[in-house]
Amino acid sequence: MQPHEAIPAEATLGGVGNPTGAGDGMHRDKAWTIIRPSHGWRSLDLTEFWQYRELLYFLVWRDVKVRYKQTALGALWAVLQPLSAMLVFSIFFGRLAAVPSDGLPYPLFCYVALVPWAFFANGLTHSANSLVNSQNLIKKVYFPRIAVPVAAVLAGGVDFLIAFALLIGMMAFYHTVPTANVIWLPALLLLAMVTALGVGLWLAALNVTYRDIQYVVPFLVQIWLFATPIAYPSSLLSEPWRTLYGLNPMVGVVEGFRWALLAGGAKDGLPAPSAMILVSSLAALVVFVSGVFYFRRLEKTFADVV
Amino acid sequence: MRELAIVATGVGKQFALAARRHDTLRDALGAAARRLQAPLRRQHTEKFWALKDLSFDLAQGEVLGIIGRNGAGKSTLLKLLSRITEPTAGEIAIRGRVGSLLEVGTGFHPELSGRENIFLNGAILGMGRKEVSRKFDEIVAFAEVERFLDTPVKHYSSGMYLRLGFAVAAHLEPDILVVDEVLAVGDAEFQKKCLGKMGEVASAGRTVVFVSHNLDAVQRLCNRCMLLERGTLAADGRPADVIARYLGNDRGGPAPGATTSLDEMSRTGSGKVRFRSVSYSGSLLGTAEPVRAGGPLLVRLEIDAEVSRTVESLAVCISDYEGRLLVNADAAELGTVVRVGPGNTLIEFRIDRLNLMAGSYPVSLWAGDTVAATYDSVDGAFLLPVEANRSKGFGITPPSNGLVYCDFVVADLGAQLPIASEVAS
Repeated sequence: MQPHEAIPAEATLGGVGNPTGAGDGMHRDKAWTIIRPSHGWRSLDLTEFWQYRELLYFLVWRDVKVRYKQTALGALWAVLQPLSAMLVFSIFFGRLAAVPSDGLPYPLFCYVALVPWAFFANGLTHSANSLVNSQNLIKKVYFPRIAVPVAAVLAGGVDFLIAFALLIGMMAFYHTVPTANVIWLPALLLLAMVTALGVGLWLAALNVTYRDIQYVVPFLVQIWLFATPIAYPSSLLSEPWRTLYGLNPMVGVVEGFRWALLAGGAKDGLPAPSAMILVSSLAALVVFVSGVFYFRRLEKTFADVV
Repeated sequence: MRELAIVATGVGKQFALAARRHDTLRDALGAAARRLQAPLRRQHTEKFWALKDLSFDLAQGEVLGIIGRNGAGKSTLLKLLSRITEPTAGEIAIRGRVGSLLEVGTGFHPELSGRENIFLNGAILGMGRKEVSRKFDEIVAFAEVERFLDTPVKHYSSGMYLRLGFAVAAHLEPDILVVDEVLAVGDAEFQKKCLGKMGEVASAGRTVVFVSHNLDAVQRLCNRCMLLERGTLAADGRPADVIARYLGNDRGGPAPGATTSLDEMSRTGSGKVRFRSVSYSGSLLGTAEPVRAGGPLLVRLEIDAEVSRTVESLAVCISDYEGRLLVNADAAELGTVVRVGPGNTLIEFRIDRLNLMAGSYPVSLWAGDTVAATYDSVDGAFLLPVEANRSKGFGITPPSNGLVYCDFVVADLGAQLPIASEVAS
């Protein structure tokens, strides 16, 4: 007599109704959840992800709240990072090396790129370390693990807004009026987010087993910074190399930000980097989708290995 | 027929032992290269089943206690039930929402205030914001932290921290509550409070799976009990029966006078000194005499050392099943310095009167120096069965007989004068 004969038929029909706290305590649908070894590649379970949205919200909220606790300068750090990089770049690249800046004031040219870059770099770093940092949570509670790196990237949004506020101030200082292209900004920010998360998912999952990753990340970010046209314009390259340069998704983001915000301030205007952004979006999508699958494949081992 | 809440079929969980793990990329790349060279040779990996072929089902409203020694697979089973880790084989069907409390205060952030942590912890345990808001006052009252609600929890005392953590979890309303040994932490008052709350939950008709070393709590709270032994189900039934089996089973430990080798036991310590074997006897002559309550106990240890050295602290520790240390016979207390050299040295501990009631008691061995450096420590080296002292009277043992044996007499002083009237007059 096998006990599983007693399971009602609906149980085997994939009725994974993992409940969350969203519902009222009384009228819950008591669905059967089947726990069994999973095999192979799995895509993202969006239904479950949605059910755990409150947890995601609280994880983001926690990261935002905690980020600048017990620091003297607090949220000023969100501005100081890109600002100090801008000063250094302006002095060494803008002044001493006289790197061209597409006819824009160099500090503005550089800072407009550093704002999305800082968001990307922080998102990447935090998400890569997120699973290891939340290991006590992973070992003690069930939830879709992907919420952890996602929250790590989203929490950087607040820093982005603060740094962006300074950017608006700088644009006013240089009398640069944004064009209608700004409507593309949210899409470009999303591109930065998807890229950060895509790489973050790969690294976070690898970091669980190989702690080498935590040493790789700062190195990777530094190299990536110089591989992205932040201190210099991508117009230094000729076609078709310029479009291919977009294979680095941050190229599309950074050039997109410049075009969307500063096109009105450039002497000869800025051409829309559409081809480059398209290539960047495709590259980001590949990294992101593969990252999700890789993450989901390793997800089941996190609690045992971390 | 009562509706089922959990159906587990042939559940197994396998872990790879640490030897195989590639903790750095370099190791992994090296292993990958070796695999390329000899693709057909199977990689030698050591695997171990923490749980094996476990099948059981649990009806709604049942309160199941899971007992067993450390490493029997209790916590692994809870992790499987709460979906933290996946089974390697078999399947578990669970009906309804599972709330798991494997640790008190999971996900608490030290920098956040008590109020913020209640919401954060609630969300982590699967409660929505609305649900937490509704129960907020109750949680705060239970945790007794009203005055410190806006203080970061890093400034909380450990008692407050535990109370707050348990309070949030206790107000979760899952269909199935999974609780690990969370009661082992905290003071007596905290434990009492937690057990009280657990009793409330259990009597409210919720399905509960509860792991504990506190056999008394299991007996009181649960209406069913499972005994796990080395990853398999050894007994399942009424708590009193299963607990008796658990305690009785272990009475089959070493016989008096027989020598038990300790070489295979898991141990901690630097290994500068090693316990090789142990034997015990209820007679100071070391014969095969069983140990009796109030009678003598002799423990003979065979000890080996790398180099000749003095051991300032050499102890035989007798505890009960809940892990409470009852007897700590330590050479350091007597100031006796034991000298051990390479090759086995025999050491004898003689206790004239072992004032323990009948039962079986795990015995641990410890060797170290007085500044607490451990040379060798063998937890649960053997089980010491103590028999009731039948040398006197009828030898009838009351069902609940306490822990400490003592001699006593009952004197019949005959008819007494009415004391009250004496005072009155």
